[in-house]
Amino acid sequence: MIKVEGLTKVYGPITAIKGIDLDVEEGEFFGFLGPNGAGKTTTINILCTLLKPTSGRAMVNGFDCYTQPHRVRSSIGLVFQEYTLDNDLTAYENLIFHCYLYNMSRRDAERRIGEILEVVDLWDRRDSLVKHFSGGMKRRLEIARGLLHRPKVLFLDEPTLGLDPQTRLNIWDFIERLRRMEGITIFLTTHYLDEAEGCDRVAIIDRGEIIALGSPEDLKKGLEGDTVYLRTSNDREAKRIIEERFGIEVGTIDGGLVFQVRGGERFVPKLFNGFPIEIVSVNIKRPSLNDVFISLTGREIRES
Amino acid sequence: MINLKAIYVIVLREFKRFFRQRGRLMGTIARPLLWLLIIGSGLSNLVGEEGGLSYRQFMIPGIIGMTILFSSVFSTISVVWDREFGFLREMLVAPISRLTIVLGKLISGTLLSAFQGFILFLLVPLFGFSLDPVEVIQMVLLLILVSLSITSLGLLIASFLNSLEGFNVIMNFMVLPMFFLSGALYPVKALPLFFQYITWINPLSYGVDSFKHVMIGSSGDFGPDFPLAVDLLFLVVFSAVMVLSTSLSFERRQ
Repeated sequence: MIKVEGLTKVYGPITAIKGIDLDVEEGEFFGFLGPNGAGKTTTINILCTLLKPTSGRAMVNGFDCYTQPHRVRSSIGLVFQEYTLDNDLTAYENLIFHCYLYNMSRRDAERRIGEILEVVDLWDRRDSLVKHFSGGMKRRLEIARGLLHRPKVLFLDEPTLGLDPQTRLNIWDFIERLRRMEGITIFLTTHYLDEAEGCDRVAIIDRGEIIALGSPEDLKKGLEGDTVYLRTSNDREAKRIIEERFGIEVGTIDGGLVFQVRGGERFVPKLFNGFPIEIVSVNIKRPSLNDVFISLTGREIRES
Repeated sequence: MINLKAIYVIVLREFKRFFRQRGRLMGTIARPLLWLLIIGSGLSNLVGEEGGLSYRQFMIPGIIGMTILFSSVFSTISVVWDREFGFLREMLVAPISRLTIVLGKLISGTLLSAFQGFILFLLVPLFGFSLDPVEVIQMVLLLILVSLSITSLGLLIASFLNSLEGFNVIMNFMVLPMFFLSGALYPVKALPLFFQYITWINPLSYGVDSFKHVMIGSSGDFGPDFPLAVDLLFLVVFSAVMVLSTSLSFERRQ
């Protein structure tokens, strides 16, 4: 459904993406992860025909993003990071505007709007001005709008950015519901890694390159069991002792130590037994996509 | 290449926004009336009549031109506004050509300005002009042509700008000089030669002049400065060049 080959984008002295390859299957829920500035938005902008690649090729639904932009645009729906609704129009007017831009007939548009507004729970608010909507309602409306013209692929660019956790969950409910209803391919970019856990496959991009690709389970399998975060009164000494005694590689991360070990909860008592340095806190985590990112880059995704 | 349904809905959106933002219609009527009632009264006493016309009556074609100038510029801000608030992306990723977007903005801006100019024109009997049906029809056509020329110029400028700030700066440096150097407040021939040269490249000069042909007609000091044919020719050619450049600029930039 999406095919990217050797895609490169250069802005003056900066190479935003360096020859990436991707292949997204029809119906797949694909996550595109990476820290801010890693090249996620550049890639999306090329895929949705807003940006010309420096070299390489991007295809969506069998059409070339650069030479057949209209075909590609008809095949995709987009939800951008920033809100792109007209606040001076009502919810319904925003949607009908969209339908006409995509050349839908009036009757088809009205039926489709009714159907989708029901799913995102905004039918009762269809005649309210969008400026009176909360952030979560606007997002729901935008997701609904992105699906109106029955696209093959829905691009969600950081769809829950800036929303509170409750609203984020709620948005994901709607996305899940719409996905089941429409059977659509979804291309998600996010740096909330918990949101990507539900993807069929994820690609992790860092500094313009794809550094990992696979299902969340596969990526986590590559890790050595659980991650242990440790704070001590003397990190440097503690690092040396652990490495010596257990033969594990220990990393440092914002004022603490971190290492991977199998069976973390059985390991910690062994570690504490006769440990010469005061331990301030310990935290064991099952592997997450964040750990995948850390083990690949040595940084946390959120702070880099 | 051109999608009529998309143009229709872009125009419809601008009209809805216009009527929802109450202040805009008020401003359309209030600003020119202030000019006519206050500045017009004061200067009428100083300048005196000329060929049976008071200075205030002389100002009316110019003030209608001013209304079109301001409202056309305000309409084209919507392009910059849409860019700044992200709505432009909704249009840019739709399967429509850039030309369709430009035409939508051009038609909506032109019709809205012409409409505002027309409302003002309907008030001219208050200032001692009579309206006959032929004049009304002539004026409607001219209002549309003049609005088209100014809106297309504004769109060309807007197509280069990313922020409302930049737009405000440029417009302040353009709008007032365009108004002052248009023959709206004094006949072009009363200006020093250097300034007259500028009026010759100012579309508003020809617009105001064409209004004078319809409303004043006579050839006295308060009458038109150019032949009507020259006014029309300039406005048509100018608009065509602007529309073409704007489409190219949009195509290239986005």
